[in-house]
Amino acid sequence: MEPFRKIKSIVTPFDKVNVDTDQIVPKQFLKLIHKTGFGKFLFYNWRFDNNGNQIPSFILNDPKYKNSKILITRDNFGCGSSREHAVWALKDYGFFVIIAPSFADIFYSNCFKNGLLPIILDSKTVDSLFQTSSEIEVDLEAQKITTPTKTISFEIDGHRKQILLKGLDDIAMTLEYEDEISDYEKQATIPSLL
Amino acid sequence: MPQTLFEKIWDSHVVVESDNNPSIIYIDRHLVHEVTSPQAFEELRLNKRRVRRPDLTIATMDHNVPTSDRSLPIVDQISEVQIKTLEKNCQDFGIQLFDIKSPYQGIVHVIGPQLGITLPGTTIVCGDSHTSTHGAFGALAFGIGTSEVEHVLATQTIRMEKPKPFEIKVVGKRKNPHAITAKDIILSIIRHIGINGGTGTVIEYRGEAISDLTMEQRMTICNMSIEAGARAGLVAPDEKTFDYLRGRKFTPKNYDDLVSQWQETLYTDSNASFAKSFTIDVSNIAPQVSWGTNPAMVCDVTESVPFPEEYAKGNEDQRKAAEKALQYMSLKAGTKMTEIEIDRVFIGSCTNSRIEDLIEASKVIKGKNVSSKVRAMIVPGSQMVKKQAEEMGLDKIFKDANFEWRESGCSMCLGMNPDILAPGERCASTSNRNFEGRQGTGGRTHLVSPIMAAAAAIKGHFVDVREMDLN
Repeated sequence: MEPFRKIKSIVTPFDKVNVDTDQIVPKQFLKLIHKTGFGKFLFYNWRFDNNGNQIPSFILNDPKYKNSKILITRDNFGCGSSREHAVWALKDYGFFVIIAPSFADIFYSNCFKNGLLPIILDSKTVDSLFQTSSEIEVDLEAQKITTPTKTISFEIDGHRKQILLKGLDDIAMTLEYEDEISDYEKQATIPSLL
Repeated sequence: MPQTLFEKIWDSHVVVESDNNPSIIYIDRHLVHEVTSPQAFEELRLNKRRVRRPDLTIATMDHNVPTSDRSLPIVDQISEVQIKTLEKNCQDFGIQLFDIKSPYQGIVHVIGPQLGITLPGTTIVCGDSHTSTHGAFGALAFGIGTSEVEHVLATQTIRMEKPKPFEIKVVGKRKNPHAITAKDIILSIIRHIGINGGTGTVIEYRGEAISDLTMEQRMTICNMSIEAGARAGLVAPDEKTFDYLRGRKFTPKNYDDLVSQWQETLYTDSNASFAKSFTIDVSNIAPQVSWGTNPAMVCDVTESVPFPEEYAKGNEDQRKAAEKALQYMSLKAGTKMTEIEIDRVFIGSCTNSRIEDLIEASKVIKGKNVSSKVRAMIVPGSQMVKKQAEEMGLDKIFKDANFEWRESGCSMCLGMNPDILAPGERCASTSNRNFEGRQGTGGRTHLVSPIMAAAAAIKGHFVDVREMDLN
C-alpha cells in the first residue's frame, strides 16, 4: 500500500444520510475477481441513467468536483453489506479522504486496508465544512484539517494511523506474532472440519 | 469481575492484547463464498502466502449461483468465472468446498448451522455482513471485508478493537406466535433503535421472548443485527441450542463433553454490565412491513405510509431521507399499508429460507392460488432445506398455488443472479435489505415475514395475517 501523504483538495459535498454500500457499488459489479477498475461503478445507479448517460444533477457529475480527493457526507456512511468493493470504488475514483459524523463499522475498517482515510467529526464541524468551497488540507501525521479560516483537529486510532502513514502490510505485522498464534493453537481445542 | 457472554468469548480468543493496538483474536471458523474471496486468494498468491488452517475453513457458492435447473450450464459468463475461480482457489489451497452440485450447497449462513459447523462459544467470520446469523448459537460471529478474509486465511486471526456489549431485552408473550414472527420482532427492534443504533456493539438478545423462540427463529433475529449497525448479535445457548446441533455432519465426536463445558461457561454473569440497554415488549406487536429504503423505515401492517415530517420528529436529515424514500418507493403518505398492491413475492434469503419458514408459509398457501397479478418465488436456503421440504410435500403445495419452487442460493435478496426485479416492480420480500435497487435496479422492496409474504402473494396486496386462519 502507498504511504498516505498530505491531501489538498476541494471537498465534494455529498449531503445524504445513511449511504449504504449497495449504493456505493451496486451488486451487478461485484462479479469481478480483481480489485482494480471499480471507480467507474461508483454510485452507478445515482450517477448514470438507464442508458448509461450521466445524470447532471448528481454531485459527482458536476465538473467542479472532478478532481476532488475529499468526500464529505452525513451520518452512518457505508452501512449495509460488508463489500470492500465500496472502498475500492471510492479509492479508484480518486478519493483519499471521507469526512462524516459517523461510519458503519465494517466499512470503516475496510478503509484502512486500502489507503482511504475516514475522518469522524462532530455534526456541527461537518456542517461548516459543507459550506467550504475553497481547498482544504488534510494532514494525517498532525491529525489536522486546515481550511482558509480555521484548523480542525481529528482523532484517530494510533495503530491505524501508522498503517496508513507507512503503507504497512497488516498481515506481515500479524505474522510477526506467529509464535503467539501457534501457542494459542496448542492450548485451545478447536474442533476441526476435516 | 462479572462478564457478559460476548466478553467471555472475546477473552477466550485473545492471542495478543495491547493497550494501544487492536487485539489479535483467534478465529475458529472461516466461511468463504465466491463473491468476496477472489481478491483475497489473489493477494495470497502474489505474496506467496499459504492458508494457515484449511481445516477450519469451509467454502460454498451462494451469492450469484442461478436458482434454475442445476443440470444446465450457467448462462451468465461473468458469474461462471467467479464460480470457477472459487473452485480453483479451494483446490489450490486445500479448502473443502460445497459446490453447485453438492447436496450440502446453500446459503453459507443456512448450511453453517445445518452442518454443525457453527458451534457455541466459537468465533466465526465470513466476508458477508449477515454472518451475525450464527450468533443464535452463542457464537461470536461477524462479517468482514475482503482484506480481512485474506488476513484470516493467512493468519487464522483478525485484528480488531473490542466492540461494546449491548443488551436487548425481549420480554412478553406473543398473542399469536404464528402471525407474529421472529422477523416482526427484529424489524420492530430496528425500527426503534435505528439502523445505526447498534454501531460499535455486539448485541445480546435476552429475555423470555427469546427463550421461547426456536433456533431458526433466533437465527432470523441475529441475522438482522447488522441492519441495526451492530457488528454481531448473539443469544446464550440453551438446551434447544445443544439439541439442534447434536448429530450433524461436523458435530464434534466429544459433543456431550463440550456441551457440559458450554453449560458451565456460556452465559452472561448476573451482575455483568452492558454499555447500552434496550427493552421491547412483544405482547402487543403487530406484523411489520417496511415502507422505505432502509430497514428502520418500518410500520405496523395496520398503519399507513407515514408523513415524512411526522416520521422525522424534527430531524432534517431524516425528513429528507423519508421524502426521498417515498419518492423512490412511489408511495403516497397516508396510504394504508393494506392497500399497497404488489407485483412480486420472494420467500428466501439467509433471514427466512429455512424449513420452519417454509412450513409457516405453506399454511397460508395450501389450497389457494397466487394472485393473477403476482409472480411469486420460493428459494430454499440450502439443498438440505429443499430436500426436507420436498419430503414433506411442501413443494407440491407451493407449485399447486403457482409459486416457483427453485434451487438454493441468495437469489433475489441481492439480485446478483438472474432473479431480479424489473424497474418499478414492487416486491413483498422475506429478505433483510430494502435499499434502493437492492433486488434489481429501480425495484421496490417491502420487508416482511414469510407468512406475510405468502398472504400478500395470494391477495395481491398486504394483509394482516392475524385475521387469517393459521391452524
